[in-house]
Amino acid sequence: MGAVYRARDMHFPHIEKLVAVKEMILQTNEPDVRKTIVENFEREAHILASLSHPSIPRIYDYFTEDIKSYLVLEFIKGKDLEAIINDMQDFIPEDQIISWAIELCEVLEYLHNHKPEPIIFRDMKPSNVMINQSNHVVLIDFGIAKPFEAGQKGTIIGTEGYSPPEQYRGEASPLADIYALGATLHHLLTRRNPQLEAPFSFGERQIQEINPGISPELVDIVNTALLYNPEERYQSAKEFKEALFSVAQKTGALKRISIPHSVPADSSKIKPLWTFECEDEIRSTPLYHDGVVYIGSYDNNLYALSAATGEFIWKYPTEGSIVGSPAIHEKYLYIGSEDYRLHAISSRSGKVVWTYFAKGPIRSSPRVAEGHVFFGGDDAHLHAVNLITGREAWRSEAAAAIRSTPFITENAVYFGCESGDFYCLDFSGQMKWRFKAKRGITSSPIVQKGVVFMASIDWTVYALDAANGWVIWRFRMGKGSISSPCVLDKLLFIGSADGFIYCLDTQTAKEIWRFRTDHQVSSSPMVYKDSLYCGSVDGSVYCLEYSSGRLRWKFQTDGPVIGSPIAHEDILYFGSTDHNLYALVT
Amino acid sequence: MPKRLSDIFSTLLSGHKKTDQTTVRIKRTRVEKPKDIPTKELPVITTPHLITGIGHSEGLQRDHNEDTLFTLTTCISGENGSQPFGIFIVADGMGGHQYGSKASGIAARVMAEHLLEHIYKPLLCYPPKQPKDALQDIMRTGLLEAHQSVIKLAPGGGTTLTAAVVIGQQMTLAHAGDSRAYAIHHNQHMEVLTRDHSLVKRLVELNQITQEEAISHPKRHVLYRALGQGEPLEPEIITSTYPNNGYLLICSDGLWSVVDEDQIYKIITQAPNLPVACQQLIEAANTAGGPDNIAIILVQSVGQNGS
Repeated sequence: MGAVYRARDMHFPHIEKLVAVKEMILQTNEPDVRKTIVENFEREAHILASLSHPSIPRIYDYFTEDIKSYLVLEFIKGKDLEAIINDMQDFIPEDQIISWAIELCEVLEYLHNHKPEPIIFRDMKPSNVMINQSNHVVLIDFGIAKPFEAGQKGTIIGTEGYSPPEQYRGEASPLADIYALGATLHHLLTRRNPQLEAPFSFGERQIQEINPGISPELVDIVNTALLYNPEERYQSAKEFKEALFSVAQKTGALKRISIPHSVPADSSKIKPLWTFECEDEIRSTPLYHDGVVYIGSYDNNLYALSAATGEFIWKYPTEGSIVGSPAIHEKYLYIGSEDYRLHAISSRSGKVVWTYFAKGPIRSSPRVAEGHVFFGGDDAHLHAVNLITGREAWRSEAAAAIRSTPFITENAVYFGCESGDFYCLDFSGQMKWRFKAKRGITSSPIVQKGVVFMASIDWTVYALDAANGWVIWRFRMGKGSISSPCVLDKLLFIGSADGFIYCLDTQTAKEIWRFRTDHQVSSSPMVYKDSLYCGSVDGSVYCLEYSSGRLRWKFQTDGPVIGSPIAHEDILYFGSTDHNLYALVT
Repeated sequence: MPKRLSDIFSTLLSGHKKTDQTTVRIKRTRVEKPKDIPTKELPVITTPHLITGIGHSEGLQRDHNEDTLFTLTTCISGENGSQPFGIFIVADGMGGHQYGSKASGIAARVMAEHLLEHIYKPLLCYPPKQPKDALQDIMRTGLLEAHQSVIKLAPGGGTTLTAAVVIGQQMTLAHAGDSRAYAIHHNQHMEVLTRDHSLVKRLVELNQITQEEAISHPKRHVLYRALGQGEPLEPEIITSTYPNNGYLLICSDGLWSVVDEDQIYKIITQAPNLPVACQQLIEAANTAGGPDNIAIILVQSVGQNGS
């Protein structure tokens, strides 16, 4: 056996990142056995590290020293169910148990559906389930620890009292976890610890005899999970969960209790401050300036709306869809359109000042610096246009259409193009260096401390030396990305078509967390205060705790959210392809 | 012309012989400024380049040196501006008499060769190429190659390895063991870039024991990651910005475990030049008992602001 330490990760001196360190001590002196155990430990740690679920603690690190192996994992603030049972004077309310049970089914479902092989938790019992401070369940103590505890009572075979009969024959299947969850629920409902009773004697302790307040439907569910023959139990965690849901609906439990992760009811709490409907999709990111929100739409218009009320102020019609976001400089707005033009517009009146013609649609967002506006075009040129006159200062040819938004530093312009070429130009348009990714770069770069960060459709996030374009690191995602990175301190956030929002360490390329949405993430993450906001093609905007990736809430729209949210004075603004611009109070 | 040459010689010599005689002569010939070349009070240097000092000592309680160090600084200053480049490696061997020094020597050489081949050689091409792989990947494979070589050529031996590649403003480090790399900033801040892979240090990191307890902990020399010692080895790789007008220090625990950071900072910032700073650091470690071998590399980047 070993201890679990509460520890602080000193890699993050600026934020207090607590971790749990589990220490496991080898119980054998046989070198070969030891070697196998340590190898197994490392392999399992590796698998666990790849899991991403709100009810599974994240694994940050693991290492072995002599006869001790250590696992560094997310620190869960809360209390385990066994302690909760022991501390309660009375029975735990049925509604509460149902909501925890649904979450436990969800996490088992996630584990059992793991590819290539299902993960069997093997040791479901109250002391292995933590209830965190938001009243959600978190599984602790995965089977990973088991080989270290050989010889302890009830280890390899799970825990006596909770494990099904077949597990005593050395069989572990998803159905064993279902039984153990049934046993756990039985314990919660009756306060009778099965470890102190004869094995498989639940039938002798009928729930309703001990706790008559429990609805018969729930009793049936628990009894089904506890059937001796695996074939007669629920055949999957999903089936188990659905049974619980139906009871919850019947008894109204879900309305009275805190909501599990997967129920999107959270978003019902978030009511928009206002919405504004355009005539077509919004795929761009709004701009806030001086009490006004500006947004371009596929309906060809750039709108100016009151940030406080959503009231219409003016609209400026272009002759093509607007995909990019406007830039503002002094009194003027600059916006590109698929009508091949860059429009300079008075921010007050919405009237045109000048237009500049490119030789193709403009989908890149303009950036203003040094008296010029810089933007890319589908005509494969980066344009530098004088702010006052609207005349071309220079344009620089790229290998393909430029849809990324240029990043401007004090002495260079950085942008990617659809062929995968990435350029660094000086302010006269001369190329300083060029880098080539394997596929297109639509993601807009960000340069911080001399390092360029951006993603490509080639499934990779790149960190390049801003001085010479050398690759410092690559991070491989599950698919390509057109999302633009956001960097804060030493953390980088980016979305990917694999459906995840990633958080990486900018110095080491190590993944700190990842969060799964239900579809591609083309939107670019944005951090405001201690939250990260990002849209997904699943139609939601997610609010995550940026340091941990925990879901705070999500807000569902009626179409994919491609653009990115912005925030100003605690109000979040974003557009959706459902035609609406939303303002939410964070 | 000859006059200038003699000035140069006298300046050069003064760096080596700290005799009164030399000092007097320099004062007379009004070339005090050049004597201060590696210090921060210099006139503006416009061409960016790297300068180094090293220190290497057995310490007072060991009869042989198991540490290996390697430095290389180059600069290609031409049509594309100045590209300062440096490779710096400290390896602290362990595992008894021969194997310790053998292991550290193998590791440093294999790593240096790997970095020259994969990072420096492309720079020499015309037009200069970018390395095929990401810098961090090159560093990682280099360290793992060194690890395999130690296993093969010095079985039973082990070594730490801390390697830094500096290219312009960025430095990328690969590290395993308990040697350290510091970015030394001018605001008195010694930023440790590496994590000590020692059990005791990990306990400190996790707030399980205090710094004071760590100093005398019986297991303070036990490493949980080192080259040549068990698999798999997971090197730490990190890229950081070179400290503005500051220093990069790489050293074995023979220095950092006995000389505290304030003292190291003081010595480095007050010494007239880098070699002297390194010598003074060795003296400080030996004054503190010199319990272990000492290897020190001190790097300064000059001219970055002028470029």
